Amino acid sequence: MISVQNLSYVTAGKRILDDLSLDIAPGQVTALIGPNGAGKSTLLALMARLLRPDNGRITLDGLDVHRTATADIAKRLAILRQEQAPLGRLTVRDLVAFGRFPHHRGRPTAEDHLKIDTALDQLALSDLAGRFVDTLSGGQKQRVLIAMVLCQNTDVVLLDEPLNNLDPAQVRVVMDAVDHMARDLGKTVIVVLHDLNHAARHATRVIALKHGRLFAEGPAGSVLAETPLSQLYETAFDVLTHNARPMVVAR
Amino acid sequence: MPVRRLIVLAILTVLACVLFLTWGARGDMGFVLQFRGGKLLSLLTVAAAIALSTMLFQTVTGNRILTPSIMGFDALFLLIQTALVWTLGGSRFAGLDPMWKFAAESLVMMAAALALFGTLLGRGRTDLNRMILTGVVLGIGLRSLTALLQRLIDPNEFAVVQSASFARFNRLEQDGLLAALCIVGLCALAVWRMRETLDVVELGRERSIGLGVDHDRIVIKILLIVAALVSVSTALAGPAVFVGLLVVSLTRAILPSHRHAILLPCATLIAALLLVLGQTLFERVLSMQSTLSVAIEFLGGLVFLFLIMRSRRS
Ligand SMILES: Nc1ncnc2c1ncn2[C@@H]1O[C@H](COP(=O)(O)OP(=O)(O)OP(=O)(O)O)[C@@H](O)[C@H]1O
Ligand SMILES: [Mg+2]
Repeated sequence: MISVQNLSYVTAGKRILDDLSLDIAPGQVTALIGPNGAGKSTLLALMARLLRPDNGRITLDGLDVHRTATADIAKRLAILRQEQAPLGRLTVRDLVAFGRFPHHRGRPTAEDHLKIDTALDQLALSDLAGRFVDTLSGGQKQRVLIAMVLCQNTDVVLLDEPLNNLDPAQVRVVMDAVDHMARDLGKTVIVVLHDLNHAARHATRVIALKHGRLFAEGPAGSVLAETPLSQLYETAFDVLTHNARPMVVAR
Repeated sequence: MPVRRLIVLAILTVLACVLFLTWGARGDMGFVLQFRGGKLLSLLTVAAAIALSTMLFQTVTGNRILTPSIMGFDALFLLIQTALVWTLGGSRFAGLDPMWKFAAESLVMMAAALALFGTLLGRGRTDLNRMILTGVVLGIGLRSLTALLQRLIDPNEFAVVQSASFARFNRLEQDGLLAALCIVGLCALAVWRMRETLDVVELGRERSIGLGVDHDRIVIKILLIVAALVSVSTALAGPAVFVGLLVVSLTRAILPSHRHAILLPCATLIAALLLVLGQTLFERVLSMQSTLSVAIEFLGGLVFLFLIMRSRRS
């Protein structure tokens, strides 16, 4: 379980996260929403120890993520970043295979290769396995990076805007994988989404951030409602019901 | 397939070494072998130091154009050496036990490199232009400082440092060879033990941390190893700016792989082949002893320009 306690993060003299405290429900999909610049990516980067907090702490199953050996955290938590540093000349399979590194530290076993194949298959990448990643389209690249996270097979998975660049069919592939991780494998998935209907459809709980503070938190149905959403984004929404789930349309 | 190419390279290197030892040898064979053997050993030591330091440096900085020498590492070493002569005096400096002198110089070099480059490389895989500029400016600054110190030195003592200030593969220093061998051996061992981690480091800081590699610590470790290796190559063969770049570019062209288990030995073999074969050719065939470094630097410089042009276009 992930727990955030009194977390503050300041950069360039600006308070980006301000005394944030929240708990993430284990074994479920939690959607993280909020306007651009709310601090969603920063929160995820802090959870994944890519940044150090100025105040407060984040624990994963009771372990402080910033004080535990990074190699141990890598076996429990994986992250997909929103911004990606350029990738070298690697094949799709080579890159996805890196997801197994925390487990074998450089000596892959037959089981590792099996996991790599499964991840490639699950994200419909088997045909691209031999291609160089620097020759892929934006959406293909995004799926490769998600496959790498999947391959890492951790209890906690952080996905920062995983649907970037994906066409509707591929959105489905990725969101199915997200559902599968929580429902069938019992993983805790935190996913940053801008499409509120995907949040409505796939997330059990929703956390809304605004100006670096917790704005709302609760079951998807209660946060994805007209009043909180309109206040969160400062623009009007209608929330309809479709197949017994909320459906959000801009008014 | 990469392994087969590696074996071919190894065989070629051994042949080049045999050629270097035996070509045109006349008279007392034992004496010739001993004389040339020492020279060969220093050539190979320098080759390994240059290949490994350049490859490692490119892995941590995540680019294919910069090398330690372009960033001014060897200028730093010369400055340290000159400063030592200046403070101790030339005769006392020359009289130092080569083993200890070498060890001390390398240690100072490692500390200075950490102070100067540590902050620059750790966080920032900043943009390439800024890195190149910083390197050029640092290099000029360090070289000018060295030149200034050399003016301050007694002209008689100046000779001690002057010979150290330019690249020379024909007259390698053999004084500290044993120390140099030990340093390169230890560094190579350390590097080999982290070869798989290096593959991950190449993916960048965030991905490395995500995959459980303590990136900041590894960067410092690599920086220290690079500094030690540059001390060795600069002390033995003088500063050579573009050799490393030539070697790793050839390596990446001959063996496109992302695995350091392949890249590192390959680069070392190519460096050895280039230096040994080049030295044999220039010394025995062309009888132009001193021009090998010029030729190699020229080629390396061309590669540098080519890489810069190509990166501009993409
Ligand atoms: N390195 C930085 N220097 C200065 N400000 C930064 C830096 N990184 C982030 N910020 C600021 O921190 C705030 C939060 O950024 P963050 O990337 O976490 O937002 P986000 O919620 O993920 O937004 P988006 O939906 O656009 O991805 C923004 O106002 C951003 O401008
Ligand atoms: Mg973001």
